[in-house]
Amino acid sequence: MPTLTVFEAIDAAIAEELARDERVLMFGEGVATKRADLVARFGAGRVRNTPLAEAVIAGTAAGAAATGLRPVIDLLFAPFMTYSMDAIVNSAGKLRYISGGQFRFPMVAMAMTGAGWTVGAQHNHNNEAWFVHSPGIKVVMPSTAADFKGLLKAAIRDDNPVVFFVDMALGHVRGEVPDGEHVVPLGKAAVLRRGRDVTLVSYAKTVQHCLDAAAELATRGVSAEVIDLRTLKPLDEEAILASVRRTGRLVVVHEASKLCGVGAEIAALAGEQAYAALKGPIRRLAGPDAPAPSSHALEQAFVPQAAAIVDAALSTMPSVVAEPALS
Amino acid sequence: MNEAKTKALAHFERMHLIRAYEEKLVALQQAGTAAGTCTSVGQEAAAVGVVAALAPEDTILTNHRSAAHLLARGANPARMMAEVLGRATGYCKGKSGSLHISVKDLGVVLTSTIVGGELSLVTGVSLSKTMLHEPGITTVFFGDGASCEGIFHESLNLAALWKLPILYVAENNQWQAFVHRREAMAAEQVVAHAAPYGIPGRSVDGNDVEAVHAAARQAAEVVRTTQRPYLLEVLTYRLRGHFEPDDQAYVDREELARWQARDPIRLLADRLRERDGVEAHELALVAERARARIEDAAAFALASPMPDAAELTTDVYA
Ligand SMILES: Cc1ncc(C[n+]2csc(CCOP(=O)(O)OP(=O)(O)O)c2C)c(N)n1
Ligand SMILES: [Mg+2]
Repeated sequence: MPTLTVFEAIDAAIAEELARDERVLMFGEGVATKRADLVARFGAGRVRNTPLAEAVIAGTAAGAAATGLRPVIDLLFAPFMTYSMDAIVNSAGKLRYISGGQFRFPMVAMAMTGAGWTVGAQHNHNNEAWFVHSPGIKVVMPSTAADFKGLLKAAIRDDNPVVFFVDMALGHVRGEVPDGEHVVPLGKAAVLRRGRDVTLVSYAKTVQHCLDAAAELATRGVSAEVIDLRTLKPLDEEAILASVRRTGRLVVVHEASKLCGVGAEIAALAGEQAYAALKGPIRRLAGPDAPAPSSHALEQAFVPQAAAIVDAALSTMPSVVAEPALS
Repeated sequence: MNEAKTKALAHFERMHLIRAYEEKLVALQQAGTAAGTCTSVGQEAAAVGVVAALAPEDTILTNHRSAAHLLARGANPARMMAEVLGRATGYCKGKSGSLHISVKDLGVVLTSTIVGGELSLVTGVSLSKTMLHEPGITTVFFGDGASCEGIFHESLNLAALWKLPILYVAENNQWQAFVHRREAMAAEQVVAHAAPYGIPGRSVDGNDVEAVHAAARQAAEVVRTTQRPYLLEVLTYRLRGHFEPDDQAYVDREELARWQARDPIRLLADRLRERDGVEAHELALVAERARARIEDAAAFALASPMPDAAELTTDVYA
């Protein structure tokens, strides 16, 4: 299997879907400049640069999606999506319902976010929960190169608007990626490590932090299961509940802020549907209710790291190990 | 010394300071010490010519490509560099980085890296000045790319309707990140959009600092006397990439060479020698002084501490 970076896996998915379906097209600021190879291969009509105008980029995508095309748009960085929010949320997310099901919106809106490039709060804002909270929209946020390819292909083939987030710290991370037809269904979580004592649920870059924490926990005799959500909506409730019912303990980790974040939904899910199985308090580790700082020192402090995840996991099992201080 | 020469020498010094500052940041980026920045190399005349035409009570809004505006306004390069390096001594305590440096004390407010953000905020800043009877006008720097955002038109329309004393300065540097202006803008020039809103405007050679300065003085005067908006477009060129590092592989070499030959610092140096009789070694001394100041600034920034982790959650709410 070839080893690709996340960025290369994304490129492969886009090229393959452009080749597979001539209704697929891609546009955005600098898309044709950065993907000159795709322009050469598929023509300037299907891979386009746009003016700096996110509102009309997303609106054009929604209009085109409803009437026969399958657009992929690159909105660059997640905070810029505020300009395109109207088209994504009010048009693509609602006009199917409002019209009594007359239209569908097969479009993908891609955006980067996450700590790691010290670009500050107007380039880095983990705003995925905004979209989870908006009806009619699916939300994907992968963590491995193979999933970036497989989930992006599935997103392009989906008949609903999909917001596809790229954690920019993962862009150059390598992984094995199957050649050709590799499609990962939306809404299916992945169990990346099996364990008995505690379930660590995460997505995007903090999945690796959970795996690191699980390795550390193993040295302390604690067997942690690690679940990568991959898709935030639809959420794979079955996978989460099945694991929590077995381990009885749950720690949810994400970089987005805690307040009304995806972790709150998962904690509520476990509380509502796996209460009888719970053996300890549910823990959430998340970024603070603050804009993302630029300074590298602060940016790293923003993100839940493996050591804190270890502490949080141990704190769910005071009877197993003496309760550590939460750092 | 005649007045034109004195002024031109002052411009020359400021432009060198900006160039030295950005070249130092490029070097630090290449050494892996600093994150990338958006430089304004080639656009120094636009910043210096306009800012020198403003009064201390005037307010400035700028964007991601702000270093030249800040330095032209008299910002301390040491504190700017500290900010870029994420240090506690930076103008924004390391929370901004290079992309959104505001210095309220200098009247440089609300710097936003959301393209068009400055255009949406400027009407409110000008409204405050008007309603609170504060002196001065408000100037907003924005790019040709920002003029493609819908908010540009919303801003002009509101400023015209509400009679807001705003000097709009479009820095048309021919690039919108990795897309040429030609490919993204139906109009040749940004100034074409002013007239439909009843806003006076003109464009000027943005690489000739004296021409920019004269046009900006005149434009600011119109805004002050009419208490209405004005749009000044400076036609210039982004000589480096959008954001360091950037190999500019997508840039037409001939076009780049044509504009390099019109480097605003070189144009001014030629004029100072030929028109004002300034000796080459005097000009070299000015450049040397600027570089020395920037070396000191970098030393200050590099020796400054990182912010304390407790700063992560301060300044979120008032
Ligand atoms: C809303 C938004 N979209 C996209 C970007 C990414 N971006 C930053 S600067 C830039 C180009 C801006 O072009 P222009 O307004 O001409 O200013 P210049 O960079 O040329 O000074 C782009 C696309 C952004 N920061 N904000
Ligand atoms: Mg530009």
